[in-house]
Amino acid sequence: MSGRAWVLGDDVDTDALAPGRYMRLPIGELARHCLEGIAPDFAGAVRPGDVVVGGENFGIGSSREQAAEALRHLGVVAVVARSFAGIFRRNAINLGLPTLVCADAGLIRAGERIEVDLEGGRLVLPDRAAVVAFRPLPAVLLELLADGGLVPHLEKRFAARAKEYAPR
Amino acid sequence: MTDPTTLAEKIIARAAGRARVEPGEIVTARVDLAMMHDSGGPRRVAPILKRLGAPIWDPSRVALVIDHYLPADNPESIGIVELARAYGKAEGLANVFDGEGICHVVVPSRGLLKPGMFAVGGDSHSPTGGAWGAFMFGVGATEMAGVLATGEIWVEVPETIRIELTGRLSPGVSAKDVMLMLCARLGMGGGRFQAVEYGGSAVTALSQQERMTLSNMTAELGGQTGLVVPDATTAAALAAAGADPGDWTRWTSDPGAKLLEHHVFDAAALAPQVAAPHSPANSRPVTETEGTRIDTAYVGACTGAKLVDMRMAAEILKGRRVASGTRLLLAPASKQDQAAAEAEGTLGVLLAAGAEMLPNACGICAGYGSARFAEGEVAISTTARNFRGRMGADSSEVHLASPYTVAASAVTGRITDPRPFLEGTRP
Repeated sequence: MSGRAWVLGDDVDTDALAPGRYMRLPIGELARHCLEGIAPDFAGAVRPGDVVVGGENFGIGSSREQAAEALRHLGVVAVVARSFAGIFRRNAINLGLPTLVCADAGLIRAGERIEVDLEGGRLVLPDRAAVVAFRPLPAVLLELLADGGLVPHLEKRFAARAKEYAPR
Repeated sequence: MTDPTTLAEKIIARAAGRARVEPGEIVTARVDLAMMHDSGGPRRVAPILKRLGAPIWDPSRVALVIDHYLPADNPESIGIVELARAYGKAEGLANVFDGEGICHVVVPSRGLLKPGMFAVGGDSHSPTGGAWGAFMFGVGATEMAGVLATGEIWVEVPETIRIELTGRLSPGVSAKDVMLMLCARLGMGGGRFQAVEYGGSAVTALSQQERMTLSNMTAELGGQTGLVVPDATTAAALAAAGADPGDWTRWTSDPGAKLLEHHVFDAAALAPQVAAPHSPANSRPVTETEGTRIDTAYVGACTGAKLVDMRMAAEILKGRRVASGTRLLLAPASKQDQAAAEAEGTLGVLLAAGAEMLPNACGICAGYGSARFAEGEVAISTTARNFRGRMGADSSEVHLASPYTVAASAVTGRITDPRPFLEGTRP
């Protein structure tokens, strides 16, 4: 599946992704305000399969998971950046949204088609038959992403125990 | 003789049940304390735990602090706070602090953090725990649910960046100024999600709460945790908090341990700093931004409204008044700090100067409450981050500074260097 690249700048912060004043809203409503301060057309125009591309330090700010959740809710399949803020990176992976560290993120053009080859560690840009490499994820994280994130991953682990502790 | 190791490596090795660990290695560590609050806590972790069919691994190792949606003055906030209260009871959590103040200040004040601990917090300012010699870092709600279910978490062993402050800070200059300077010099990604360790004679001379400000703003520096190697000051603060410090002397970084970076700054040369909107990295000496008109001065949050912060503000405000047309808002970081400030007279000084009191909660800093900044409002604040729209309207402008500088600015209604007030060269 290919999507479009949404190219943003450096230091895209969690208040831009999930503005504090909308944090009390359910994720579907919060997501409508995702990035409204820096890319007002994003939340309305983004399509499933699209990829968000940042510069340095993507996701700096608070630990609010909604920052990554809003992107995933809108159908974003990966975030590519030269570097990530650590908590955002952990949150996104745990929610099943790959964060790909890519030194050449700056080569990706706004609006061009882009495909993510997670196992292969590369981004395909079919409009110009180009390929950009990202730092491959370790096996433990690929497995977690393949399971769909930390919760489904843990569900496997707790499948046996779930019978023992009935939901309260 | 084994190779020298850093404090971060020692703590993670202990928590992972290993003799030693190497930077870059991904290991699974046992969590000694999990701290969460009403915003990222029960309302988000409970559904996940239910889905997993998992009970909390050890309720005695969980602290729940209700500090975000207070005062609960609208239906959504009431719902969130009531859910958190009910959850704490139903799960039999050993440590629930409801309206006691902000988690990063309340939890260590109850002796729950000790040197050598491996801890997680459901809040980005969780590196604050590093001031107690604990490896503590922030996690999101899903990851917190994983910890609550298993008592474990994966962690990539960080490298250590050492920040050494030689000499002594000058009068009117504080830990907040150090962190604003570091955000400007190293950038908000400068910490590279590694362990940042603060040391040197200027750090040794700092009080425990000032050290907490260093560790706290390691979040803005982009570090995973912000450590201060425990010493006699830490041990005394632990004892005051009712904790048995244990053998804290083993939790240190060995001389010669491998560092990713080692930065040395002359503390004595540091001037008060002000971060212009909309990033802590926009910090410059106050002398370069002096004179900017402000509507509001805010002393609040875990970063800037602890007892020591209120004392700094009171040093400036003693015998002075907030400028006409300017408001000074004060939200003490905890009930305990507020009570101590009241008992010693610090609070009286602030109120006599015209400070308006807000609840002991995250408040404006987290974008909550009726005191949020209005369209076009210009503020100077002791808080940690001034991202656009975080503390109110998108068009509001927030400058960050120390409690000294915020108080001095409140007196004049303009961004003001606090040093002449302290030197007695300004009335």
